[in-house]
Amino acid sequence: MTTTLTKSGPTPTKAARTKVLQRQGAAVALVLMVAVSWLVFPRFGSLDNLRDLALQGSFLAIIAIGMTFVIITGGIDLSVGSLYALGGVLAAWGSQYGFLAALALPLVVCGLIGLVNGLLIAKTNMAPFIVTLASLLFARGLLLAITDEGANTYKIDGDSAFVELGRGTVAGFGYPIFVAAVLAVLGGMVLNRTNFGQNVFATGGAEQSAVLLGVPVAKTKVLVYTMSGTLAGLAGALTAAYLQSGVTVIGVGLELDAIAVVVIGGTLLTGGMGTILGTVIGVGLIKVIQNVINQIGTLDSNYQSVVSGVFLLVVVVLQRILRR
Amino acid sequence: MTLTASRTAARTRWLQDNGVYVAVAALLLFNALFTANFLTVGNFTTQLVQAAPVLIVALGMALVIGTEGVDLSVGAVMALAAAIIPLYLGAGPFMAITMALVVGALAGVFNGFLVAKVGIQPIVATLALLVGGRGLALVIADGQLVQLHDPAFLALGTDDVLGVPISVLIAGLLALVIAGVTNRTTFGRQLVAIGGNRKAATLAGLPVNRVLVGVYAICGVLAAIAGVLATSRLSASDPADMGLLMELSAITAVVVGGTPLTGGKVRVLGTVFGVILMQLVRATLIKHNLPDSIAQMIQAAIIVAAVYVARERR
Repeated sequence: MTTTLTKSGPTPTKAARTKVLQRQGAAVALVLMVAVSWLVFPRFGSLDNLRDLALQGSFLAIIAIGMTFVIITGGIDLSVGSLYALGGVLAAWGSQYGFLAALALPLVVCGLIGLVNGLLIAKTNMAPFIVTLASLLFARGLLLAITDEGANTYKIDGDSAFVELGRGTVAGFGYPIFVAAVLAVLGGMVLNRTNFGQNVFATGGAEQSAVLLGVPVAKTKVLVYTMSGTLAGLAGALTAAYLQSGVTVIGVGLELDAIAVVVIGGTLLTGGMGTILGTVIGVGLIKVIQNVINQIGTLDSNYQSVVSGVFLLVVVVLQRILRR
Repeated sequence: MTLTASRTAARTRWLQDNGVYVAVAALLLFNALFTANFLTVGNFTTQLVQAAPVLIVALGMALVIGTEGVDLSVGAVMALAAAIIPLYLGAGPFMAITMALVVGALAGVFNGFLVAKVGIQPIVATLALLVGGRGLALVIADGQLVQLHDPAFLALGTDDVLGVPISVLIAGLLALVIAGVTNRTTFGRQLVAIGGNRKAATLAGLPVNRVLVGVYAICGVLAAIAGVLATSRLSASDPADMGLLMELSAITAVVVGGTPLTGGKVRVLGTVFGVILMQLVRATLIKHNLPDSIAQMIQAAIIVAAVYVARERR
């Protein structure tokens, strides 16, 4: 470590400590938050509350996993909030044709929209921000078109197997939690152990060098946006199964939540660096904060967004300072 | 290069630069021919009044995008301005508007400080204020919509000068001012230079941090002005809905107007026409009774088409 050579530089132990904080800052914060909440709010640690917390977090986590891949390639996907809502409506509509239709329809349609995002971004050199902004509008339009301008909310038969997917539990923990957990593990393995994962990092790290080195940059981009769209559709489908209906008004601004948790988890918006574990911890942090604010009860629910905003700020400022 | 090839290239170049004007002209022509009651003073006034707040926000956004940044907090700043108005309206409309603009400036300086001094990416820096700002506005207003009755303040939204509504007049004046700042001042040249290549600008000794803070402050003040005008027109302070998704409308107008998200270029006239184009598209779809669903999908297609035409080729 070169810092030991300079007189004024920090001592090795301090440097090491900084490094741990930098890498695991979000994890440390999460552990602290959970510990304090547990002590201060008796209801926080109850099994019911923890189950609820995990379930609420699982939908966001599924979307954020896709977003992590996109952001590591140096891109951004603003369409996930709309695709989440669209996925739910498609699942509810498809449920009248059975389990498979209810699950496949949102995955295929949202995946296709993600594919178009990826193709436009990879092949035409248009900015991801603007392409996915357009598909945010497009997916909302499509959702309105199939719900009679939002007037029609499709219900899912409470006895169907599809509802079980959203409401079923193992030891009280809902199925979506396990889906999110499996996807997180899979995502982490794909990112760190496969060629595709290496290509994702290479694309975001230095795109031009990656192209020169023969990394299939275009193909990688198409794949990550397709993945992000599909996962948003899946999260929507699971939510619909849980709510037993395709709610048309959900998901507005959800893309920003997803971006926020990815950033809190230490993934750089400039691309080339990031982890799935960090993203999962980011989801945990945001959900614990929201949960605690609800526990306080006397606090206006408007404070929730104020605290979330301040928290996001503190995390990114700290990350920035520690990186110096 | 053969003659035809260079001619095609020149034509593409021309379309890239002037596509937005062509599109506005085409849409005006279409409406003149096929839309009933389109060519009336009343209709044009309505369209311009609706477009004025978006234009004011988009002008600030164009400057920020010119520095290779983006400001997601403009809608939240509009909500903050709306929440501030009723607090100080007792001391007169001048005081209320001044305080709203001060809050806008503070929000902008805060964003600029995070981007310039702390070195946080513009998307994340302004995302924090987007998330927290509207919450703060709701906390200030106690989550309530407040009806406003001050006649002088409401006149801002209802009165006109020689038939031109005040808000349109203000938007037009601000467009001229911003165009002047961009094209004729050192500040304008510096902000474009920073957007083109921040490292080179720093090495060349430009006051990068000061310019960035200034640009975000201007964007914040303009968003606050838009919030004040929209509040006056609504005759109520509504922080829950004020400026919702405004950041997306403003960014769309700027980009459709030919200012690239990669920075280094600001097209003020293009931005004005970008706003007019999106307003005309919406008006055309509504006047022909197309449902909201189709309207949104068509808007999405137009955004993609406009950016496709204007994109920088490798």
